[in-house]
Amino acid sequence: MKLYHITNNTASAVAISDIPEVDYMELYRDLEERMTSESYHVAHYFATEIDRGLKFYIILLNDESSEVLISSFVPDYYAEGLASLTAIHAQFHPFEREINELYGVPFHNHPWMKPLRFSHDRRNKLSTMDTYPFYTIEGDELHEVNVGPIHAGIIEPGAFRFICNGEQVLHLEIALGYQHRGVEGEMIRDDNRLRQTLIAESVAGDTAVGHATAYAELVEKLSDKVVDQNLKLERMIAIELERIAMHIADTGALGTDIGFQLYQVACEALRTVTINTTQAWCGNRFGKSLIRAFGTNHPLTEAKCELIRKNIADVRRRYEELRSDILDDHTLLARFEQCGLVPRAEMQRIGGVGQAARASGLKRDIRATHPSGYFATEHSHEPIVKHDGDVMSRLSVRLDEVLQSADYVLQALAEYKPSGRLSAPDYEAKLQPESLSFSLVEAWRGEICHVALTDKEGRIVKYKIKDPSLHNWLGLAIAVRSEGISDFPINNKSFNLSYCGHDL
Amino acid sequence: MLVRLLNTLLMIVVALSITGVINRTRALLAGRKGIRFFQHVYNVRLLLRKGAVYSPTTTVLFRIAPCVYLGAAIIAFLFIPIADLEPVLSFHGDIILVAYLLALSRIAIVLAALDTGSSFEGMGAAREALYGALVEPALMMGLATFALFCGYSSFADIFSTAQEMNTNLTIVMLLLAYVFLIIMIIESGRVPVDDPRTHLELTMIHEVMCLDYSGIDLAMINIAGWLKNAIWAVIAANAVSVVMCFHWEFATPLAIFGTGITIGAIESLRARNKLSRNITYILTIVAMSALVLLTGFLLYQNIDI
Repeated sequence: MKLYHITNNTASAVAISDIPEVDYMELYRDLEERMTSESYHVAHYFATEIDRGLKFYIILLNDESSEVLISSFVPDYYAEGLASLTAIHAQFHPFEREINELYGVPFHNHPWMKPLRFSHDRRNKLSTMDTYPFYTIEGDELHEVNVGPIHAGIIEPGAFRFICNGEQVLHLEIALGYQHRGVEGEMIRDDNRLRQTLIAESVAGDTAVGHATAYAELVEKLSDKVVDQNLKLERMIAIELERIAMHIADTGALGTDIGFQLYQVACEALRTVTINTTQAWCGNRFGKSLIRAFGTNHPLTEAKCELIRKNIADVRRRYEELRSDILDDHTLLARFEQCGLVPRAEMQRIGGVGQAARASGLKRDIRATHPSGYFATEHSHEPIVKHDGDVMSRLSVRLDEVLQSADYVLQALAEYKPSGRLSAPDYEAKLQPESLSFSLVEAWRGEICHVALTDKEGRIVKYKIKDPSLHNWLGLAIAVRSEGISDFPINNKSFNLSYCGHDL
Repeated sequence: MLVRLLNTLLMIVVALSITGVINRTRALLAGRKGIRFFQHVYNVRLLLRKGAVYSPTTTVLFRIAPCVYLGAAIIAFLFIPIADLEPVLSFHGDIILVAYLLALSRIAIVLAALDTGSSFEGMGAAREALYGALVEPALMMGLATFALFCGYSSFADIFSTAQEMNTNLTIVMLLLAYVFLIIMIIESGRVPVDDPRTHLELTMIHEVMCLDYSGIDLAMINIAGWLKNAIWAVIAANAVSVVMCFHWEFATPLAIFGTGITIGAIESLRARNKLSRNITYILTIVAMSALVLLTGFLLYQNIDI
């Protein structure tokens, strides 16, 4: 029996009737075997309410063959729970926790069943943040340190509970959910697609372009309108500009945390140039309003191209200088090297994605493995992979990616001929009915996956968003195990995960 | 009398200026204009006008600690001469008193931090106590070296006789200045040992112990910090001026700018130590101090090396 519908990231949306509805245990046995291979990881796994009960969809990515495998199942209404996939493959844990929280589905043998984000529509309203079941270890010589949920400094809320033996961290548990806004519910409240675009842009404030691109691509796949090649190129420039800006900001933030002033201010200056370039293009420093489905309100002109070219070439030159200084500085290397190790096997086990996974030696980059838009047709991308899995690796992935992205932007601008013919955005296009559409985008933090289901009239009735942070928060918890508690901040910065992207 | 007054005034100038020089150096190196030179003083003036807020879990220990902290620092402050000037207070053996007054102030603030019951402050207190214990041998051996040369054990006598020392002490004095500069960095919680600007409670040492203090208490702690800085800076500057030019006109600017610029530059140009490496860093200074004492002893005995 066919277990999966096989598609890829450039194909158009899949009719729901084409997705096989399989027996859960059969799928379970297949996944048990299949997910041991390093080329597979789970992109999304969610449940949706239908008249027969709950229907589960599971989306897997094969990084080798660029295939996307989609399967679904509807467990018997009277069945008492499902066998837990987390028990055999830890990377399913946030998804099973979410399903359990929303619908109360028990997962047998789940090793770590805890609330994920305390969503407003959770099933068990008695489970609140105040009763979060923190892990504890008994022992006279151990002490617990609780940080947050309100932090000093300009970061979002999240509770970190450390169990320490002296200065050494034995265990870190991260409790999130303080930023829950009900984004996924808002996305389907009505069929106003401009409104949906604006919500998608604010899923995570630092990844406005990434999430807006994911939304736009998802909607475009549901329509047969042809998307202009120049539009794809402009989106690629936008997302690479975001990557450059955020990677530079993170490089600087690491400098702040080790009290290294010159390195911090040098990065801050470069980041300002980069985000101001985005502002000169579209009027917003974070690229809000830049990405729209089927068209754009801010087509590139000759003058804007020239400005981006000039600024990015300058940023690239100055950042390269800074990069070689960073790699030479022994005080900095002493802090970052061999700190916060996440070995490759561990990263693979938890399903890590994005630059954190690449720093641990996993070649996971949607631009290379599941390219869409510009990278699918015009340009092939070679991911930057480091192998140590420490803070330094995560930093050096950033150092190299900034230069690589700057090269991509400069190269794309050299090829680009502003035609002035780019269409305006279309918020009314007819969408394919009864389909599942997904989009995968490699934003600066990692793989973003948006999934939507449409009804008979082509309205979006289910919208699921996955920010890369969902996978990688566990990576941070693993990184600080047995490290000194004072090294937590630099580990946290080296991942720089999103709280609101997780909480949605 | 006038000399003592001048000494105290200059010490106050040093105490108030060092932080300004550090801030200005950092700003210039970062390509910024920087805040007002005496901004830290205005900040403290602001704190002095405010009332204090106390956590209900704290006891009287928490409230008296800032007074002990500041009181001990003020008394110690009065024993320090600038080069050829005379301090207000002086007696035989006062170097021991100064060392332990500063230890007393540390004990007070450590106990107050533990009194709050906060896990952060407990961590800070543990770190402060550890580093304080580790740095003490360096301090005592440094002071012993001074005492060895002069045959005196009060700051006033040490520095007033120091100018008659013969020139082959140059190396010992310069090393002593270095040792006291590093002791100042460790004691005042500066990069690379601690970072006074960090907002990260988990990495703080000194700042985390003062998290629960506000208003006038915080102002007292800050003032005590300036006074302590001045003590270390002046001792280091005196050691240098012994071999170069033993006059207060030389030692005062040296104390302000030598330490201020050095610390500002260090804070701009390097990263903080990993916390576990601080112990090695402090022990290196202890070893250096022991080396200085040994070298000083050999020179003093006129053993030809």
